[in-house]
Amino acid sequence: MLKRLFSKQNRALLSELVRTDFKLRYQGSVLGYLWSLLRPLLIFVILYFVFVKFLKLGNGVPHYPVYLLLGIVVWNFFVEMTVQSTSSVVGRGDLIRKIRIPRWMVVFSTSFSALINLALNLVVVAVFMAINHVEIRNTLLLAAPILLEIYIFALGISFLLAALFVKFRDISYIWEVLLQAGFYATPILYPLSRIPSIAFQKIIMLNPMAQAVQDIRFALITHQTTTIYSLYRNNYLIIVPFIVVVLFLFLGVFYFKMQSKYFAENI
Amino acid sequence: MMSDDIAIHISGVSKDFVLDRDKENTIKGLIVNSWKRNKGHKVLNALSDVSFEVKKGEFFGIVGRNGSGKSTLLKLMAGIYSPTSGRITINGKLTPFIELGVGFNPELTGRENVYLNGALLGFNRKEMRAMYEDIVDFAELHKFMDQKLKNYSSGMQVRLAFSIAIKAQSDILVLDEVLAVGDAAFQQKCNSYFQSLKRKEQTIILVTHAMDNVNRYCDRAMLIGDGKVKLIGKPEDVANQYTLENLNAEKTSSKSKSKVVSNEDGSTRKLSEHVKRLDIVAQSPLLFTKPTQDEEFVFDVIYELTEDIPVDLGISVLYQNVSLIEHNTKKLKINHNKNTIYTLTYKVPLKNLNSGRFDVSAAIFQKKGFILIGFNTDSCSFIIDRGVKSGGGVIVSRGEWLINE
Repeated sequence: MLKRLFSKQNRALLSELVRTDFKLRYQGSVLGYLWSLLRPLLIFVILYFVFVKFLKLGNGVPHYPVYLLLGIVVWNFFVEMTVQSTSSVVGRGDLIRKIRIPRWMVVFSTSFSALINLALNLVVVAVFMAINHVEIRNTLLLAAPILLEIYIFALGISFLLAALFVKFRDISYIWEVLLQAGFYATPILYPLSRIPSIAFQKIIMLNPMAQAVQDIRFALITHQTTTIYSLYRNNYLIIVPFIVVVLFLFLGVFYFKMQSKYFAENI
Repeated sequence: MMSDDIAIHISGVSKDFVLDRDKENTIKGLIVNSWKRNKGHKVLNALSDVSFEVKKGEFFGIVGRNGSGKSTLLKLMAGIYSPTSGRITINGKLTPFIELGVGFNPELTGRENVYLNGALLGFNRKEMRAMYEDIVDFAELHKFMDQKLKNYSSGMQVRLAFSIAIKAQSDILVLDEVLAVGDAAFQQKCNSYFQSLKRKEQTIILVTHAMDNVNRYCDRAMLIGDGKVKLIGKPEDVANQYTLENLNAEKTSSKSKSKVVSNEDGSTRKLSEHVKRLDIVAQSPLLFTKPTQDEEFVFDVIYELTEDIPVDLGISVLYQNVSLIEHNTKKLKINHNKNTIYTLTYKVPLKNLNSGRFDVSAAIFQKKGFILIGFNTDSCSFIIDRGVKSGGGVIVSRGEWLINE
């Protein structure tokens, strides 16, 4: 199955689509690729002043600036991938209507572009970790599976949204609002401990993004981070976020596969 | 199962498109439409029950008027659409695109576009590097490869696209009206390329409007109209039938036009206030397949004047806007009365005319000063088909060769 998905042709197509996407992304801008690094940096500077210096939200959390940055980088990856995937199939309508290529490839190449951006952003995070003298622990290795979980979650949603967008153009607006809600429902700007009620904390952590953001902070920045495991102890509810991820992946892939036959005529 | 010498087998294929009155791609539209229950839907039957086979090594032509379902059929074969019903079996690899230069990006250079287009056709960088020189050679664009595509002329873009497309080594090549691209020299190049493909017995499907190409390349051809197969057979027959259908369609459209705006200015029919009516109506068939020596094309010229003025009528038979035969009524000495309908019949002997489409026109002149007061050139044509052996030329050759020793 995977062998067929990543045949020689598909790999060639993927690399060429991602390459083109990157070439065109910063076309006409003076700094070009540098914006991939500058953007998160500048956004971080703003948030640093607002949340660390003025509001002092992170009192008590070690390395709070980096902690904040990592959360933002991960969340931005999720936003970028899902938002760009939503319009990816429609945006590549010229190809889909005129050439037989695997439709999922369009979403996949978009996700790859987002992944490359994530990698660049993580470089910025690493630099700040070094500046802040964050202690490097062996939990660092956990970052890989956590990122994979986020990617799979985003991929499932991306397939679902991309297919839905072909038929219903309202989806992009709905998703924008949902993302905004998700941003505040996820402990990115504020530490989870700022929520007084433990019950609310528990509910919030069932969201895969909240669970993953806290987990990766635990793995990379500080073990003082509240995670779903420390909240629920040995409760079986710990698996809820993972079930949600798998559910979205299947739902997305299934719906996309079902609809992709008719993309050419519906776009 | 289909036998090995069949490249494409299409059986009972139909394709419906659901036309939404206002494309229900908003949630509101969905809710409103499901409320009204299908009221917003209209089903367009683009193809119905199409069946045919293409053999391996065959040069197969598909012709049809705009909107006949050609493109839908191609997209179905290429796997871009899926059929509503019926089965499509492709034996081998078919080119996946139905248009040249798909995915070309104006912001990328010629070189980058070659690699991108190659990837869309399934080639990786290494393979593309190997054939890059060939592609650029064929397109004759060496100097321009590092220029952005948006700086190319449209002819250059098509040349590049065509050069990449023919490199897509597939078992079945699908070409949609690409023969009319580029300048004369490039067309010549494409020509010889097609001839070589034909010799190599590559399976090719050509969709075109140019009947010359159908006759020149195709082994077999198919005519589709209104989503149905109208005729499959020899290219000459299909080409003739297609031309005939076009004539009929032209005629009906020009007739309905003249009904509504009979006195309005038009480039092909103009009547002054002295002439009320000037029509040409064919009395014999419009298509002559292998006509005998004394067959004739017969038509009536029907006209009516609004004033008692002495006039003469003239007709001419044209081939591609060149007048071959002209004949006027000077010798007939007709006395014309106003508001009377006159009908004159004219017979064109066919024995000297070779294969082709001939147009008939009529004109009315005022005797005094020989002033043109009405003409009609758009409503009547006929076709002669003398078969393949007739050779070229508009006039049948009556000459002879003599060998002097």
